[in-house]
Amino acid sequence: MSIVKDAAEAAKGLAQAVTKKAIEVAPDGWVPGGTPDPLIRNQHGHVGKPVSRIDGPLKVQGAARFAAEFTLYGMTYASVLFSTITKGRIATLDTADAEAAPGVVLVMTYRNAPRMRPMPAFGSNRMAAGGDDLPVMQDDRVHWNGQPVALVLADTQEQADHAKSLIRIGYEAEAATTSFEAAKADGTEPGQFQGDPLQVTIGDAETVLASAAFKVDETYRTPRHSHAAIEPHAATVMWDGDMLVVHDATQAVTHTAWSLAHMFGIEQDKVRVTSPYVGGGFGSKTLWQHQVLGAAAAKLADRPVRIVLSREGVFRIVGGRSLTEQRFAIGAEKDGCFTAMIHTGTTIMTPHSAMPEPFIVATRSGYAADSFKMEVRVARIDMVANTFMRAPGEAVGTFAMECAIDELADRMGIDPIELRIKNEPEKDPTVGTPFSSRNIVEAYRAGAERFGWARRQPPGARREGEWLVGLGCATGTYPYYRMPGGVARISIGRDGHACASVAAHEMGMGTATAHTQVVAERLGLPLDQVTVEYGDSRLPGLFLAGGSQQSAAIGAAIIAAHRALVVELLKLAGNDSPLAGLKPEEVGGLDGGLAKLDEPARWESYASILARAQRAELSVEAAAPAPIENQHWSMHSYSALFCEARVNAVTGEVRIARFLGSFDCGRILNAKTAASQFRGGIIMGLGLALTEETAFDERTGRVMSASLAEYHIPAHLDVPAIDVMWTNIPDPHTPMGARGIGEIGITGTGAAVANAIYNATGRRIRDLPITLDKLLSAGIG
Amino acid sequence: MRFVINDTDIETDIDPRTSLLDLLREQIGLTGTKKGCNQGACGACTVLVDGERILSCLALAVQYEGRQVTTVEGLADQAGLHPLQKAFIEHDGFQCGYCTPGQLCSAIGMAAELQRGLPSHVTGDLSAMAIRATREELAERMSGNLCRCGAHNGIIDAIDEVFGERRGQQGYDAEMPEKVA
Ligand code: FES
Ligand code: FES
Repeated sequence: MSIVKDAAEAAKGLAQAVTKKAIEVAPDGWVPGGTPDPLIRNQHGHVGKPVSRIDGPLKVQGAARFAAEFTLYGMTYASVLFSTITKGRIATLDTADAEAAPGVVLVMTYRNAPRMRPMPAFGSNRMAAGGDDLPVMQDDRVHWNGQPVALVLADTQEQADHAKSLIRIGYEAEAATTSFEAAKADGTEPGQFQGDPLQVTIGDAETVLASAAFKVDETYRTPRHSHAAIEPHAATVMWDGDMLVVHDATQAVTHTAWSLAHMFGIEQDKVRVTSPYVGGGFGSKTLWQHQVLGAAAAKLADRPVRIVLSREGVFRIVGGRSLTEQRFAIGAEKDGCFTAMIHTGTTIMTPHSAMPEPFIVATRSGYAADSFKMEVRVARIDMVANTFMRAPGEAVGTFAMECAIDELADRMGIDPIELRIKNEPEKDPTVGTPFSSRNIVEAYRAGAERFGWARRQPPGARREGEWLVGLGCATGTYPYYRMPGGVARISIGRDGHACASVAAHEMGMGTATAHTQVVAERLGLPLDQVTVEYGDSRLPGLFLAGGSQQSAAIGAAIIAAHRALVVELLKLAGNDSPLAGLKPEEVGGLDGGLAKLDEPARWESYASILARAQRAELSVEAAAPAPIENQHWSMHSYSALFCEARVNAVTGEVRIARFLGSFDCGRILNAKTAASQFRGGIIMGLGLALTEETAFDERTGRVMSASLAEYHIPAHLDVPAIDVMWTNIPDPHTPMGARGIGEIGITGTGAAVANAIYNATGRRIRDLPITLDKLLSAGIG
Repeated sequence: MRFVINDTDIETDIDPRTSLLDLLREQIGLTGTKKGCNQGACGACTVLVDGERILSCLALAVQYEGRQVTTVEGLADQAGLHPLQKAFIEHDGFQCGYCTPGQLCSAIGMAAELQRGLPSHVTGDLSAMAIRATREELAERMSGNLCRCGAHNGIIDAIDEVFGERRGQQGYDAEMPEKVA
């Protein structure tokens, strides 16, 4: 049995390897992106302009409707009770008082919850959206401290919350693994990410390191992080006959619809998930137990349900970024060329989570070196399932890598920017594919100039009163992805108005605005003649607002739909049109119609084409090609980050005085919203560097910082004016020439801050967050 | 009980446990005011009561009977958006928009505090005739309003444009909407 399975696995692996190789060596023209998107040529259209958000007026008036703000007739309110033990079973359960409390509609526990399949965890199916693969309130088992064990439905939230306090539960606790040390002692296993082992071996890096002229070899630690979106997770849910409607706050409408259908054993088209606005996601707004519990309770009560997690509830049932313990070693020749790069370490998963924090990902294509050794190992502990959070892997992996380079530069007496440039790879250093577009050196040069990097002094040299002042830099990088499943519909009416429809998401990234610009430019329409419809699982395509890939996925689907639209329009135009006889590739959108690209006088408006064909509207739908371009090229967004830190010599307090991000992310689609994405990522990175840590009680397995008072995200006074700039060099191989901008900002920021603190103080803190107690014990003050 | 919300009289019976925030969101249907934590830590629920900013999640609705409550829905008037709302759009002072109503109400309440000469933690000269509305003052005074999207720079730019020292002496007087001034 196992031999057969192994053989099958081996055959599958071989087939995958052969396909991978074929994609790598295929002619460019065969690969999506082989021919540059024609939009890249337009320099004076809508794309790139600093257009204000189209949903701005709604948002500033409080008129954008979020998940918890849909009102349904006969709606009930849910309140969730969380387990107080980590592992074991529910032994006794008394809900009588709660059921008898005023306004209570029902109390749901594992005894009466509808039967459902376990949650499909991310990766188990291309449409799975679950943070883990556990059953939801189906039995008496408790898997983590904070697991939902009962839910009260009542006519008001106050009644539900009160009744919840009347539920009495007795537990039989079992031994659980709750500390990192104990988990490591239980043994670690190799991590897998996106189907690939998190492991790279090229040459004998350990031996090379041992004989290197210069080296660093240090351990870096990063704690657990929480997304802490200001909108708590919420859903307003109803069953309309056999149809389940969920007004959700999600970054995965279609994944969520499929996953809920799977759990309830109904067809996918019987579930509709909407998510018109999302109050911040950062990786957290996927499928967790609350949507399932809301749907189950709505079914049981036969009434609509509003389920809004309390802030504590978000910390109890929505996982965050896991902790890491990373070794980073670099060996270098006397001239600074890297001979060995070693990045290994351990992260924590739960027995049921789907996501090992892949901290080596950025290292795989960061720098040239003769030999590499990388590996992520996983230890398991019993807690809420960890998940992806903004730049999973890169945010914490670049902390180790970019601090290590700074340490090496310091030891060698080389400027850290020059050391990086010295080791700039010509092609992907571990895969060997060419870069699609990599202009990191330009980003460094321009950033250094604007920031005044030349004024940097040796560590500990600059003091202003009580304050030690230092400058630091770091590289940020995040891969270009495009996930499969992108489909778009474009409809154009006789009034010349076009609507593009995609089951995508707007969580504040600026997606709706940027894609309105893109669609308007492709079609040759003014912005107010274009609508982009999104946030509903009934719309075409499978899109995940994650991995900084949604814009590429939408862009590729829109290119396909636009091509199909042009084909149909030319057919409709027929022989009486000035466009007669032209091929689709010879025409483009111009002034509300189609025109011959090199002869714009041959033009006809969309309205005229449709009118002659006696059509009120033309609507086409098309799918994007398979996303294989990032196997053919090595594709990444880049940044050069600069930080000025001030450290109080008496108290060890850190203040960030200045920060500059110089980005190379292809073409920028909207200068205003992109700048906000960059700044937003950097600010989350300031939190990662200085204040953020999900405090976890290793004795009880319980998250201790389950509130925004105890989980410290940056507040206004913590945030300096952040300068951002970009190369704006289009990537010839991506839709619109753009690469992802959502996650790049947080990558490298932790290291830029740590390096600036080192330059200010001469003290190196390798354990995030860099709080004043750590600086004081390192000898500040 | 009678409430005055955005200049409108509203009569409603309430459970005495109801917070002002839940009264607004769940009973009156004014969902512009947001709930980020329900425990006073995020500022998303900030509204103005007689022109002063309060956290409506920490306020029992019954305490506010008959008082002038202004929410984000009440900032614009017939003439259009409040200048601060326009400035938020112009400076991209939000991404997801969930903290925005709280930021807006808080900033308007804060401007009135500055105008009254209330010092803050970062005010240098406590005996000065007027407090300079520097960016640092603004940032300190807005620090109770968290934003996870990281729109801080745009928020402070917008507030600075409308209420900051850049606007000169008559600055925020001109912009204070009458109903909350
Ligand atoms: S909801 Fe009131 S302060 Fe957070
Ligand atoms: S704009 Fe999203 S939390 Fe501030």
